Amino acid sequence: MPELELWIDRTKCDGHRLCAELFPERIRLDDWGYPIIAPGSIPAALMPHAQKAVDTCPVLALALRRVELRR
Amino acid sequence: MTNSSLLAGPAPNTGPESFADHSRRLGPRPWGSRGLIDTLDRAGLVGRGGASFPVATKWRSVAARGGPAVVIANGAEGEPLSRKDQTLMALRPHLVIDGAMLAAESVGANRVLLYVGEAHSAALNAMARALAERPPAEAGRATLLPAPPSYVAGEETAAVQFVNAGVAAPTAIPPRPFERGVDGRPTLVQNVESLAHVAAIARRGDDWFRSLGREGASGTVLLTVSGSVVKPGVIEVACGSTVDEVLRLAGGVRGTARAVLLGGYFGGWISARQAGTMVLDPKGMRAAGGSLGCGVVSVLDESSDPLDVSARIMQHLATESAAQCGPCFFGLRSLADATRRLAVQQPDPGDLPQLHRWAAMVKGRGACRHPDGAVAFLQSALSVFEPEFAAAAGARGRKVS
Repeated sequence: MPELELWIDRTKCDGHRLCAELFPERIRLDDWGYPIIAPGSIPAALMPHAQKAVDTCPVLALALRRVELRR
Repeated sequence: MTNSSLLAGPAPNTGPESFADHSRRLGPRPWGSRGLIDTLDRAGLVGRGGASFPVATKWRSVAARGGPAVVIANGAEGEPLSRKDQTLMALRPHLVIDGAMLAAESVGANRVLLYVGEAHSAALNAMARALAERPPAEAGRATLLPAPPSYVAGEETAAVQFVNAGVAAPTAIPPRPFERGVDGRPTLVQNVESLAHVAAIARRGDDWFRSLGREGASGTVLLTVSGSVVKPGVIEVACGSTVDEVLRLAGGVRGTARAVLLGGYFGGWISARQAGTMVLDPKGMRAAGGSLGCGVVSVLDESSDPLDVSARIMQHLATESAAQCGPCFFGLRSLADATRRLAVQQPDPGDLPQLHRWAAMVKGRGACRHPDGAVAFLQSALSVFEPEFAAAAGARGRKVS
C-alpha cells in the first residue's frame, strides 16, 4: 500500500466545512472557515474517516494522493 | 558597479532598437540546442521574474518531457513598482525575441507566445514592431499576447490558463506547466529579462557572463529604483553590487532613508542601516534563503509613514487576490484591514498579535504563492517597523460596542 495524504485543490474549496466535521483528527478550520490539513500520511486506522471526508466534499476539492507526489 | 549587457548600445531616447541595428551590433543569433542549456548552467543564470530559479534546470525539465513544447516569454510585469521588463522590451525587443527563439529550439517548442502586459503600451508596441521585422520562419512561430493588468497574471500557471481558457488566474499544482501547460503540452514560462540574458550568453559564452559579475556573482541584473531617490528609474548593474552602490547610481537618497523595500510587493522591508552593505545577487540571495525578487529597490525616507505605506501595499495585495482560494481571499482581506486600522491609530483590541497569528495561518494555503508573498511582505513590515506597530497598538482603540 502506498502512503497516502490528504490534498486539497484550494481553487475549488468553498469552505463547506464538512471535512472538518468528518475528520477532526486531521482537519481543522481557520478563522474564515477553510480547512487546515495536518501534514503527513494517513495511518490505516484513520483511512475510513479520511475517505469519508473526501467522498463527502460537495465540490470534490479534497483528494487522497500518494505522498511522493507532493510538490 | 554599473555594467551594461542588456542595455548596451543606442541611447534610451532613440527608442526600440531595430532588427537591422540589433543584428549589426551583436551579430547573428546562434541556434538553440541542448548544448546551450549546458552553457546556461555553467553561466549560473537564474530567472529574473522573481523566484530566481535556475534557468537550465527549468529548460531541462521541459525538454525531458518530449516535444512539441510551448514557450511563453513572460513580460506581464504586474508588480506595481517594477518597470524593468517593460523598459527592456521597449528598448531591446530583439534581445527578448532572440531569447524566446533560442529557448524554443533548445527545449523542442514550435510555438512561442510573447505575453506582454497590456497596460505597458511602449513595450507592447515595440514588441509588435519587432516581431514584424523578424524573418518569416521566426515570425510565423510567435504570437504577441497582451496580458491582463492584474498582479497574478504573470504567475506561470495563470499565464498558461490565460492562453488555454482566457482567464489569467492561477491553477492548482500539480500539474506544473512543464508537465501539462498550453493545450496540455509541456510549457516553458520564462521571464523576458532572463530570455534577454540568454540571447547575450548564446553569443558570448558562459565565461563572459560570469566575468560581468562581482564578488563571485555572475552576470548583470536589471533593477527598478524608486521612492526617495534623486533619479528613479531602471538601471543595469553587475550582480554582486551593494544597495549603497545602486542608490548612488540613482543619484543618492532624498532625505534620510528609514528602510528599503527589496523585491517589490512580494519582497520585504530591510532597515536602511542593514540595507546599505547588502549584496544584490539573485543567485546568491536565493542560496541564502532570501530573494531579490523582480529587482525592485524602493527607498522609504524618514518623513514617510511606514505603516501607511505598508497598509496600502497590503490593501493592493488583498485586492489582487484572484479570489479563488478562501485563505488568500479572506485572509489577506483580514490582514489588510487590521494593518490599516493600526496605520490610522484606531486598532481593534488584539489587532497586532492577530496580525502575527493570521500571517502564520495563511501561509502556504493558496494554489499559488500569492498569499505567501503577501505574508512575507507583512512579516518584514512587522519586524522592521516593530516600534511603530507597537506604538500604534498602544493607541486608544476603537470602541468595541
